[in-house]
Amino acid sequence: MSGFDKVVHSYEEALEGFTDNMTVMVGGFGLCGIPEGLIEQVYKMGSKGLTAISNNAGVDGFGLGKWLEKRQISTMIGSYVGENELFEKLLLSGEMEVILTPQGTLAEKIRAGGAGIPAFFTATGFGTQVAEGKETRNIDGRDYVLEPSLTADFALIKAWKADTMGNLIFNKTAMNFNPMMATAGKITVAEVEEIVEPGELDPNFIHTPGIYVQRVIKGENFEKRIEQRTVRS
Amino acid sequence: MALTREQIAMRVAQELEDGFYVNLGIGIPTLVANYIPDGVKVMLQSENGLLGMGQFPTEETIDPDLINAGKQTVTAVTGAAFFSSAESFAMIRGGHVDLTVLGAFEVDQEGNIASWMIPGKLVKGMGGAMDLVAGAENIIVTMTHANKHGVSKILKQCTLPLTGAKCIKRVITELALMEIKDGAFHLLERAPGVSVEEIKEKTEADLVIPDHVPEMQLN
Repeated sequence: MSGFDKVVHSYEEALEGFTDNMTVMVGGFGLCGIPEGLIEQVYKMGSKGLTAISNNAGVDGFGLGKWLEKRQISTMIGSYVGENELFEKLLLSGEMEVILTPQGTLAEKIRAGGAGIPAFFTATGFGTQVAEGKETRNIDGRDYVLEPSLTADFALIKAWKADTMGNLIFNKTAMNFNPMMATAGKITVAEVEEIVEPGELDPNFIHTPGIYVQRVIKGENFEKRIEQRTVRS
Repeated sequence: MALTREQIAMRVAQELEDGFYVNLGIGIPTLVANYIPDGVKVMLQSENGLLGMGQFPTEETIDPDLINAGKQTVTAVTGAAFFSSAESFAMIRGGHVDLTVLGAFEVDQEGNIASWMIPGKLVKGMGGAMDLVAGAENIIVTMTHANKHGVSKILKQCTLPLTGAKCIKRVITELALMEIKDGAFHLLERAPGVSVEEIKEKTEADLVIPDHVPEMQLN
C-alpha cells in the first residue's frame, strides 16, 4: 500500500490501527451490503468498548450480531436494531447503550459529518422523544430539530467494484449507507467483490471517488445472506 | 361488513394517480401495490435506495443485493433507479414523494401519529417512519379502528410515544375513511354495511358526521 495504491491483501492489514473504544461505522441495510469479512475480522480481534454506527445490528450469529456475542459494542447508534434475541438481552441488562435515530436523520448525520457540516435542522422527530434535550428552531413557520453530524475513526463499507485507487461502484440496493460512511470515516476500508486497474471503471459512473477511501480489500466468500426470501407465486 | 386488509388496500389504491411516486410502508400498505387501477402507472419508492420497485423475483432471479425496506427480495422495473440512503431521504424529507401510505398504532385529532414503540415492549426502532411522516405532504394512514378489546385507536390524544406531531390528515380503517382537520376527525366514507353508529361507538376522538356518509365503492 503506497501512494494511490489503496489495495491491502489481508484483513489484518485492512484493520491496522483499529483499537478498543473506537467509533466505527458499518455499512449495510439489514444484511444487504455489509462488509462481511471486515466484521468477521473485528470479531476475531475481539475489540471492546466500540461505538457502532449502523442502520441495523445484524441477526443472531451474523453481521453485527457477531460483535454482540463477544459484548464488543458499548454504544449502538442505529434506526432499527432488534432483529436478534441477544440484542434485546444486552439492551435490557444495560450492557449496551442504544441511541435510536430516525433512518433519514442517521443517513444525513453521516453525510453531513463527511461533508464537514457539524449539524443541521430537520423536521424529522420534532415533537417526539427524538427531539428531547435538543435545540429546536422555528424557520418560516415550521419547527425543526438541530441534529449534530457523525464521523468515525473507522468506516467499514462494502462495495461491488473498486479500482486500485479506491474509486468505488456499488451494486443495486447494496449501496444504502455505504457511500456516506465512506466520506465520514477517518480511515475508510472498502471490502469489494472485484478490484480492477485504474481506467477500467468509467469515471462517469464512479459512485464514491477514491479520495474518501484509504484501504481496499477484495473480500473472500461473500455469503450474502437473505433475511426475507420472497418469490412470486 | 368491516373491510378486510385487502379491501383497505383496494380503497387506498383508488387514491393513486398516474405518474405518482409512492412510498408504501410494511403491512397493509404493501398490499396496495396489488390493486393499482388500470391505466395508472406509479413508481414505488423503497427507502433503502430504490425508485421503481417491481414484483418479487422468481427463484432463478433472486438477488441478495436487491431488497426492499422490509428486507424482502424484490425486482426493479424498467426505468428504476438505485441510490444511497441519504439520497433516498432527500426525496422523502424534501417532499418529492407524491403519496406515502403507512400503518399506525394510534392517531389523534390533532394529526399526531404513534406507530413505533409500545413502552414495556422491546423497542426495535423507528426506521424511516419519522422521516416519512415529517417529509410527506400527502399521507394516508391505514390502521384498525379499535384493538381486539374494542378500545378505540382513533383518539383525542395519542397515549403512546409519537412518531410525528400534527402531520396526519387522512386515515382509513376497516370501518371508515376519515379526514383530520380543525382538531377533529371528519367522517368521509363508511365501509359497506357499516353503520355510522358503529363508527361513532368505536371512535374516542371528536367525530364530525355529515348528513350523508356515502359507502365506499370497492371494485
